Amino acid sequence: MPLVFKLAARNLLYDKLRFAATVVGIVFSIVLVTVQLGLFVSFARTVTLMIDHAPADLWIVPQGTKDFEDPSLLEEADRYRAMSIEGVAQVAPILVSFSHWRIQDGSATPVLVVGTDLRAGGGLVPWNVVEGSLDALAIPDSVAIDSAYLDRLGVKGIGGAAEMREHRAEVRAISRGIRSFTTMPFVFTTLDRARAYTGTPRTKATYLLVRLDPHADVERIRSQLGSVLTKVEVLTSAEFSERSRSFWLFGTGAGAALFAGALLAMVVGSVVVAQTLYSSTKEHLYEFATLRAIGSSGAYLHTVIISQAILSGIAGFAIAFVIGITIVRGTTDSALPVLMTPLLTVILFVLTLVMCVISAISSIIKVVRMDPAMVFSR
Amino acid sequence: MTAPVMEARGVVKLLGEGAGRVQALKGVDLTLHSGEMALLMGPSGSGKTTLLSILGCILSPSEGVIEVCGKPTTGLGPEQLAKLRREHIGFVFQSYHLFPTLTALDNVRLALDVRGEHSAKAINRCKDALARVGLAHRITAYPRELSGGEQQRVAIARALVGDAAAILADEPTAALDSENGASIMAMLSEVAKDPAHGVLVVTHDPRTLPYASRIIRIEDGRIVGEDVGISAASTLVPEARSVAAQ
Repeated sequence: MPLVFKLAARNLLYDKLRFAATVVGIVFSIVLVTVQLGLFVSFARTVTLMIDHAPADLWIVPQGTKDFEDPSLLEEADRYRAMSIEGVAQVAPILVSFSHWRIQDGSATPVLVVGTDLRAGGGLVPWNVVEGSLDALAIPDSVAIDSAYLDRLGVKGIGGAAEMREHRAEVRAISRGIRSFTTMPFVFTTLDRARAYTGTPRTKATYLLVRLDPHADVERIRSQLGSVLTKVEVLTSAEFSERSRSFWLFGTGAGAALFAGALLAMVVGSVVVAQTLYSSTKEHLYEFATLRAIGSSGAYLHTVIISQAILSGIAGFAIAFVIGITIVRGTTDSALPVLMTPLLTVILFVLTLVMCVISAISSIIKVVRMDPAMVFSR
Repeated sequence: MTAPVMEARGVVKLLGEGAGRVQALKGVDLTLHSGEMALLMGPSGSGKTTLLSILGCILSPSEGVIEVCGKPTTGLGPEQLAKLRREHIGFVFQSYHLFPTLTALDNVRLALDVRGEHSAKAINRCKDALARVGLAHRITAYPRELSGGEQQRVAIARALVGDAAAILADEPTAALDSENGASIMAMLSEVAKDPAHGVLVVTHDPRTLPYASRIIRIEDGRIVGEDVGISAASTLVPEARSVAAQ
């Protein structure tokens, strides 16, 4: 090990209690940042989950739609106008609307009903069914829900029943991992049944999912759709995803709140690390003065301090990572899972090091201002 | 004596600000030659340590010129002065200033590490330096495991390992008993016999007089006298006569 790192490590471990305080500060800060950013990633994914899994090249959406859960409606008849355009292979209407899931004891839970015309094909159906089957949705009163919402919806599994707008609903398929950003449970069913559950007129739908022929000119078809249809917008899946993400994460302030939380955690961590590092530097000031006196460059002194900060950061990150993974695993099946991706792990590690290096600035200033002649004073 | 390794000409040093400002050095001329062991003696507050700091390029003079190995230091910035120190000057401090968390070998290695020398050859040089001060068997010991005399010897090894032309020692025997003090002075005087080094020792300890080839006296910020050779000791203070006679 290079001597400069050995010196830094030994300085750190010289006072084990202070080192422990530094590491606890970093762990506290990074776990908080992990949760905030993990939730942000989770929200960002959940917001566009339905759009990303829908088999659509283009989305026809009511004008001004902000996100997937927007309650605006369009005319289902637009489907046939869209079908008339050359290059359009399939147009599937879907309905997304709110209702109340009422169980036998009289309690009700707000839900988001997603209805698809199963006969037309190309609609939005649950993609990760772990119990029951999608075919069973063809049976009258059938619905599919996600395992994460069983408790919320007051059912134990397949065969569980409820009512929505006085129409019976029976669980015939259970998916895993299809969760809503708003934590409101999704209930999948057929288009007609969804209209009944939500009180939506039979002529209305929320979106039209357009599939194109292979090699079709997307921009041309999009332009033609825009000219034959009124009061709608035609978006690619990527555009609709981006619009939904922007609305929820930035338009509503939810993303800003998460970032603010992460930033605050970083500030708290930086202050804790800066304080302990500064007090360590003060304690070792005569050693730094000796190094300066025997001819070390400023860069050498800074390397010692920054190495101390980075070593603290690595130790803190290692512990925070283990805690973070535990939190991620513990929330996997919850309505609000904290996600940890490889990229997020790298970002967190870099953030930890940046935080620690920033914390070292006050110590570096102390050393820069130190008078090396102090070595003669004792 | 041969070429000067260090030279001060007309050095003035002002310390403090405003009404509290004092002239610590009032036009000092001093030359340290290679192959000599010079003692800088004077009462407390006479400017010994200030002069040592300036000669060691740690403080800059308010007026006057310092030359180290023929290189003037005027106008040099902190980094250039640090470079000059690591290449030409070795320090021995009263309180040793060893790093408590590093072994004797690593303490000596620091002097080369700050110069960017990390090789196995550099480590061997450090071991040689420790052997030269009689500590070949203590290289893995930490400062807390060493006696005061041994710690000062590690400090001397650290000052010597970089082949510094000038060794500046600040009260090197002040924290030691007479036996260890004598041993350290003997070691420094041995170093000074090497024509590659000049040794300047700031001291007020009369027991160090017999080891000097030159004694420079400073009072009130001025050089007030200079005696050459060990016989000069007998003319200085009564204590020195008894030490010289031993």
